[in-house]
Amino acid sequence: MNVQTHIPTSAQAGARSAPAVPNKMVARDVKVFYGAKQALKGINVDIQENKVLALIGPSGCGKSTFLRCLNRMNDTIENCRVEGLIALDGEDVYGKSIDAVQLRARVGMVFQKPNPFPKSIYDNIAYGPRIHGMATGREELDEVVQTSLQRAGLWNEVKDRLREPGTGLSGGQQQRLCIARAIAVSPEVILMDEPCSALDPIATAHIEELIDELRENFTIVIVTHNMQQAARVSQKTAFFHLGDMVECDDTEEIFTNPRDERTQGYITGRYG
Amino acid sequence: MSVTTAKSHYQSEAFARRLRARYAAERNFKIAGIAAIAIASLMLVVLLTSIVSKGYTAFWQAQVRVEVTFDKAQVEERNYAAILRQGLYAQFPQITERSGRRMLNELLSSGAPYELEALVARDPSIVGTTRTVWVRADDEVDQFVKGYFPRTGPEAERRLNDAKIAAVDAMTASGALVQSFNTTLFSAGDSREAEQAGIWGAVVGSLLTLLITMALSVPIGIAAAVYLEEFAPKNKWTDLIEVNINNLAAVPSIIFGLLGLAVFLGFFGLPRSAPVVGGLVMALMTLPVIIISARVALKSVPPSIREAALGIGASPLQTVTHHVLPLAMPGILTGTIIGMARALGETAPLLMIGMVAFIVDVPHGLTDSATVLPVQIYMWADSPERAFTERTSAAIMILLGFLILMNGLAVFLRKKFERRW
Repeated sequence: MNVQTHIPTSAQAGARSAPAVPNKMVARDVKVFYGAKQALKGINVDIQENKVLALIGPSGCGKSTFLRCLNRMNDTIENCRVEGLIALDGEDVYGKSIDAVQLRARVGMVFQKPNPFPKSIYDNIAYGPRIHGMATGREELDEVVQTSLQRAGLWNEVKDRLREPGTGLSGGQQQRLCIARAIAVSPEVILMDEPCSALDPIATAHIEELIDELRENFTIVIVTHNMQQAARVSQKTAFFHLGDMVECDDTEEIFTNPRDERTQGYITGRYG
Repeated sequence: MSVTTAKSHYQSEAFARRLRARYAAERNFKIAGIAAIAIASLMLVVLLTSIVSKGYTAFWQAQVRVEVTFDKAQVEERNYAAILRQGLYAQFPQITERSGRRMLNELLSSGAPYELEALVARDPSIVGTTRTVWVRADDEVDQFVKGYFPRTGPEAERRLNDAKIAAVDAMTASGALVQSFNTTLFSAGDSREAEQAGIWGAVVGSLLTLLITMALSVPIGIAAAVYLEEFAPKNKWTDLIEVNINNLAAVPSIIFGLLGLAVFLGFFGLPRSAPVVGGLVMALMTLPVIIISARVALKSVPPSIREAALGIGASPLQTVTHHVLPLAMPGILTGTIIGMARALGETAPLLMIGMVAFIVDVPHGLTDSATVLPVQIYMWADSPERAFTERTSAAIMILLGFLILMNGLAVFLRKKFERRW
C-alpha cells in the first residue's frame, strides 16, 4: 500500500523549506505507551533520504523511544504499545507487508554502548550477510567484510587481525566495528542511539567524520546529547521535549533561529 | 568557618575512635571468615582421613599360591574344587586329618575354584599340565594378614584359631601368601563374600542411570529455560510456573522416588531395579536444578548482545541459538554437571524403585537389574563382615573420585568457554 499519498503534511516539517528531497521514512502522530505511561505524545517527523537527522532534547524526552520505533526494536519490550503511522518508502512498518526481521535488516541500528559480539572481527561483520544469505561463498563474504570495514574506516587498523576478538578493540574501534556490522547488511537507514557517548573526543571525531561520509549512501537518524555534534553532523534537527516533538527543521535554522522558546532554552543551555 | 569545622571534625579524637572501630570491625570479620574456612577444612580433613585410613587396605587383597595339576578327568567333571584342594594339601603334607584339611579349605575363597575354571576357559591348553596359580584368600585370612584380627587372646573369641594362624604364618613365611592389588574390586559385581565383591556393577549401574538422566534432563531443561527466559510472556502463568520450578528444586528426593514408584513402575509397568527407571526419576529430580541454573546463565548474558543481533535482522530464535545460548553455555554446563553430580550421589529415590536389591551381575542394558554407587555403599555399610568395612570406605573413595572428576570438569569447562565482554 502506498501511504505517502494520504499522509497529512506535518505541522512543522517543511513549513519553511519546501522538501526537495524525497522522504525515506515518515512518522505521523506516533504515540508510544509503556504500560499506562505515555512516552511519546504524537510525533510527526519526515526523514529525508541521504540526510542526517539529529534528535536532540533533555534526558527522558523520548528521543531513543522514537528511534527504536523506527526499526521496531520496541517490540522486544514488554508492555510497549505503539500507535500512529511509521512508514518506510511509503509502507507501514507496523503493517502486514513488512516483517520485523526484514525491517531491521533494512533499518540498521548502532547502539549507545559498543556491543560487538564476543567473536572475531571477521565474524562480527560476516554474521549479518550470512544469516540473510547475501554472500554466497567464501570470497564474496571476504569482500563484504572488507568493504564494510573500509567504509567504516576501520580496515587499515584491523586488516591484519581479522581473526582476533572484536571485544579486544578500543572503545572507538568497537563502535566503528558496530557501524561496519550495521552497514554490512546494506541497510537503507541507519539509526544511531548516542553512538559517541561512551567515546573520547578523538574517537568521537572519527565517528562524526564517518557519519558524514556514510550520508552519501544511507539515510541516518542520530540521537545525541551533544549539541555541537548535532550541529556538526546533521542537516535536519528535531528537538524533543517531554514526549513531544517541539520543532524540526534544518539544523542551521534550529541552532541560529529557533522558533520555540523551549528549543532556544535548551540549545543555549538554560535547561536540559 | 565551615572549613575549620570540617577540618577539626576529621582530626578530632571522636573521629579517630570511629575510624579505629571501623578497622576493628573489618578485622573481626576477616578473623571470623578465616575461622569458618579453617573449621570447614578441618572437618574435611577429618572426614577424608577417616575414610582413607579405613579404606586404603581394600585396594590390596591376600592371594594364595597353589601348585595345581589340571587333571583332564576332573576338568571334564568341572571338579575344580578337588583340583584346588589337592594342590593345597600338598603344601601341608603334615596335615592329614579331616578337621585339619577342612581348616585348610577355609583359607581359600569359596570362589577360588571359579578362578581356575576361568583360567581353563581362557587357555584350554593348560589342561593336563601342572601350573602355579594365585587364588584369592578367604576374607578372614585377608583381614588377619592386614592386622585387623588379633592373634592373641582366648582362642574361642578369636576369628582365627591357633591351627589356622599357624598355617597362615607358614604360608606367609614361604611366600605362598602375599597381598597384591585387588583387581576384583574394580572388575566384579556385588557378592556375599567380601573377597569376591566388586564395585564395577554399581559403577556401570550409575553410568547407565546418569546416561538416561542426562539424555532427558539436559535438553528438556535447557529448552524450558530458554523458552521461559527468552520467549515466554511475563504474566501470572509464567510466575506460577517459576514458583513451581523453584519449589520442585527443594522437594525431598524421596518424594521423587515415590512418584517414580507410582508412575513408572505402577502405571507404566517398567521393570524394577532398572537403570532406565532410576534415570527417569533422577531426570525429574535434576530438571528444576538445570532449569534454574540455565535461566541464571541466560539472564547473565548482557541484553546488548540480544539487541545487537536483533538490530541487524536476526530472528529471535537466531539471536538465541547463535549468540545468547553459546554465551550462556559455560554457566549452563556448570549447573548441569553439578546437577549430575547430585544425581550420582543420590540414594533415597532409588530405594523406592528397587535399586537397593542385591545384584551380582554387571548390568548390560538399561532394563537389567542394577544398583548404583551410593546404594552399594549403603548396602556394604550394612554388611557385618569386617572386610566389607574397608570395602565401604574404598567405595566411598571411588564415588568421591567420580564427584571430584565431575566438579573438576565443570570448573574446566567454565574456564575454557568463559567469555568476557
